[in-house]
Amino acid sequence: MSGTFLGMPSFPRNAAAAVQDSQLRFNLRKATHTIRDRRLSVVGELPDWAELRQAGKAIKDHTLRHLDTYLLQMEEAVTRAGGKVHWAADAAEANRIVTGLVKATGETSVVKVKSMATQEIELNEALAEEGITAYETDLAELIVQLGDDFPSHILVPAIHRNRSEIREIFLSKMAEWGKPAPASLTDEPRALAEAARLHLRERFLSTKVAVSGANFMIAETGTLVVLESEGNGRMCLTLPETLISVVGIEKLLPRWQDLEVFLQLLPRSSTGERMNPYTSSWTGATEGQEFHLVLVDNGRTQVLADEVGRQALRCIRCSACLNVCPVYERAGGHAYGSVYPGPIGAILTPQLRGMGSELDRSLPYASSLCGACFDACPVAIDIPEVLVHLRSRARHARAERLGMRAAGWVFGKPGRLARAQRMGSRFRRLVPRRLPGPLGGWTDTREIPDIPAQSFRDWWEQTDGGRR
Amino acid sequence: MTADTPAAGSRELILSRIRAAVANAPETEIPRGYRRTRSQEGLAELLADRLDDYRATVHVVPAAQVAATVGRVLKERGVGRLVVPDGVPEEWSRAAAGEGGSQIVRDDPPLSAEELNAVDGVLTGCAVAIAETGTIVLDAGPGQGRRALTLLPDYHLCLVRIDQVAGILPEAIGRLDPARPLTWIAGPSATSDIELNRVEGVHGPRNLEVIIIDG
Amino acid sequence: MRVALFITCVNDTLFPGTGQAVVSLLRRLGCEVEFPAAQTCCGQMHVNTGYRAEGVRLAEHFVDVFAGYDAVVAPSGSCAAMVREQYPRLVHAARSSGPRVPSGLAGAVAEMTPKVHDLSEFLVDVLGVTDVGAYFPHRVTYHPTCHSLRGLRVGDRPTRLLSQVRGLELVPLRGAEECCGFGGTFAVKNAAVSSAMCADKVRNVMDTGAEVLCAADNSCLMHIGGALKRQRTGVRIMHLAEILAATEEVR
Repeated sequence: MSGTFLGMPSFPRNAAAAVQDSQLRFNLRKATHTIRDRRLSVVGELPDWAELRQAGKAIKDHTLRHLDTYLLQMEEAVTRAGGKVHWAADAAEANRIVTGLVKATGETSVVKVKSMATQEIELNEALAEEGITAYETDLAELIVQLGDDFPSHILVPAIHRNRSEIREIFLSKMAEWGKPAPASLTDEPRALAEAARLHLRERFLSTKVAVSGANFMIAETGTLVVLESEGNGRMCLTLPETLISVVGIEKLLPRWQDLEVFLQLLPRSSTGERMNPYTSSWTGATEGQEFHLVLVDNGRTQVLADEVGRQALRCIRCSACLNVCPVYERAGGHAYGSVYPGPIGAILTPQLRGMGSELDRSLPYASSLCGACFDACPVAIDIPEVLVHLRSRARHARAERLGMRAAGWVFGKPGRLARAQRMGSRFRRLVPRRLPGPLGGWTDTREIPDIPAQSFRDWWEQTDGGRR
Repeated sequence: MTADTPAAGSRELILSRIRAAVANAPETEIPRGYRRTRSQEGLAELLADRLDDYRATVHVVPAAQVAATVGRVLKERGVGRLVVPDGVPEEWSRAAAGEGGSQIVRDDPPLSAEELNAVDGVLTGCAVAIAETGTIVLDAGPGQGRRALTLLPDYHLCLVRIDQVAGILPEAIGRLDPARPLTWIAGPSATSDIELNRVEGVHGPRNLEVIIIDG
Repeated sequence: MRVALFITCVNDTLFPGTGQAVVSLLRRLGCEVEFPAAQTCCGQMHVNTGYRAEGVRLAEHFVDVFAGYDAVVAPSGSCAAMVREQYPRLVHAARSSGPRVPSGLAGAVAEMTPKVHDLSEFLVDVLGVTDVGAYFPHRVTYHPTCHSLRGLRVGDRPTRLLSQVRGLELVPLRGAEECCGFGGTFAVKNAAVSSAMCADKVRNVMDTGAEVLCAADNSCLMHIGGALKRQRTGVRIMHLAEILAATEEVR
């Protein structure tokens, strides 16, 4: 990714533009509906999905409760296995560490496995400032990088692009970054995948440093685990002489055995497969490689301190919540102004970054609280609960505050409510078809209901509940 | 700051932030009510079915026919140069070179990445397989070689003995040693990055052929 | 059994006909229904928009008003879910971070929540009926609404009730489980996305060829209905209670 999300306007403004983007709407509808059906079918296949989900949730909660102990255990195990462990309190420190490690090798380029943590800390930009080029090797990340674009989905960062757009990007941009795309390139997915294979093969064979993230870290053994599909991960993890893994501290699992839960939950929830094509695990320095593990906090401990919000740290980045979210489907990932879009982004971003900006304050409201995300979440993060919780911590606009206070006053006593209802009924013919101010958002596309001549409570009182 | 500047400050800072954050958090019991085993019946068929779903080519054959099958499939595909790691049974590599018509390449001394990239295929065994998820796990042990061997060649022929097949994932986890570098393979290289539809064939081997030895 | 009608502020103010339908339906089934006149609002709008302190005050008022009844019936999945699912959390969260929480509220909430039912739950689970003797000879499609579905988990209770209504032709709604885009203040704060969601719901409703769109929540119906009316589709909205209250005699 080549830019930064900083300074974007609020979610409603971004989303209002996105819903009018016909290409985006078409691409997202097609992709999210495809994956929804697939996820449902492979999840439905397991008789013990509910038990796996409960176990996954509990293992994560337990780990977070004892995160200090398990991090130390992890550090010791990795060190014992010949790796070196670094601790980064924030993004700037993580970037300094990685940049320093790459510089120490004397190399000026790295290959990268798709990693949310490195996107979050904007590592590529930090490396570029020091004259180091980071080559993204995941197909979707490659599309985003070549297209000078932003990621818009956790699993499939280029979900907003369809096959024809991908072909155009490959044809016009691949040559700038390395081996050009064949002029005869079609928009067949197989041909596009082949073009990526040819474009990156030389790069894999010659680059000496790789940067990865990890899906899981096992504290008891010091093992890192990466799930992927294409084999670009295996290339990066296996071929270079130096491997630097940048991992959020919440990615830990206590025991090797715990993987038996998560390797079932993750692939079925994310790509809707029984198992993803490739999963690699390694412990410390492997097959002669130099190995560094950079443990990143960058706001995670702040999330951990929030009793309700900390459940967001259970997230295993599967994207099931994005794929089922009706808001994400229509607004797209860019509207969230963060590498973490969708429902999980709406609770993670404001917690990691704080709610200082208008955009970050608007994220907890980027949901109708329909609850589809909670049902889909393989570690049972109650996203609506956290959204509502964050809303209670957000700073509200003055006009809204006054309106809510007034409504609270009316609801405070039944007599006040009855008087307000009678007032509404008396002036019911005067209600305009289009409401003023923010309420106009309603009447732009919908009628408002007719106000009845009499409220229910007045009817009850007058008729003794219909008996008179 | 350079790479070797100690960041001891951040280590302590992060640990103390964690301790403060979770001080009042409740303890959690971990319920493990999920399945831990599956019946051993029909494992070969299930594994074959699930691998086939990922568009791997699968054969289930008795031990007596393994060598002949290896020879036949290699010949049919016309695999020219075939890398065979140490520890692969002699009988299989003889069949590969004989009826298969492949030229056997050894990783001794270790091949460079470029050399390996110029090889057409690789023949290995495996450590464990998982029937329910259609997965084969390599642990770089005997008959499997280092990880790059099964990565750069475009064709991977993998032989799985029925006693290596676990029913479900939890059974396999118990049989694996995390200290070894593990590669879990479920079908040929694929991607879901284009319109969230799976298509086979990106960076890893585009062709995975599996011979399950049953009986 | 003392049954209290929790009318909800939206129904009280805008949809009195739904309340009247609940009363006549429950009486027909032999229940004595009371309307505690001191009730106002459950506080959902305040809590879900981020005004927890007002929410706690309204929750306190709610449990005061409805204490002492054997069952509390609401013709709204969303408001029933607010009390049953959100009140316990609200009290817990409020206690650990901010607004004043009266002592005893947690206990009162714990006592209250199991007695609160959405209409379809009360009919099927408490009264044990699915055939309520209704007659409604029209083509109807049913939108399950998110909080009934994923909050209360009412499942197929509403459609079981509808399928027993004489003369009624129930047609399935494609994408039924998808949110209509109402979401309370979401409809105003994120009007563009809300409208886009509603547009798809309207299209699915139109594809059924139904005369009537039914749901167990007037808020969602007000939203979808507002668009159906704006577009002059001629499809009318009806609360589940109104269909179940309809009989041949009343017609």
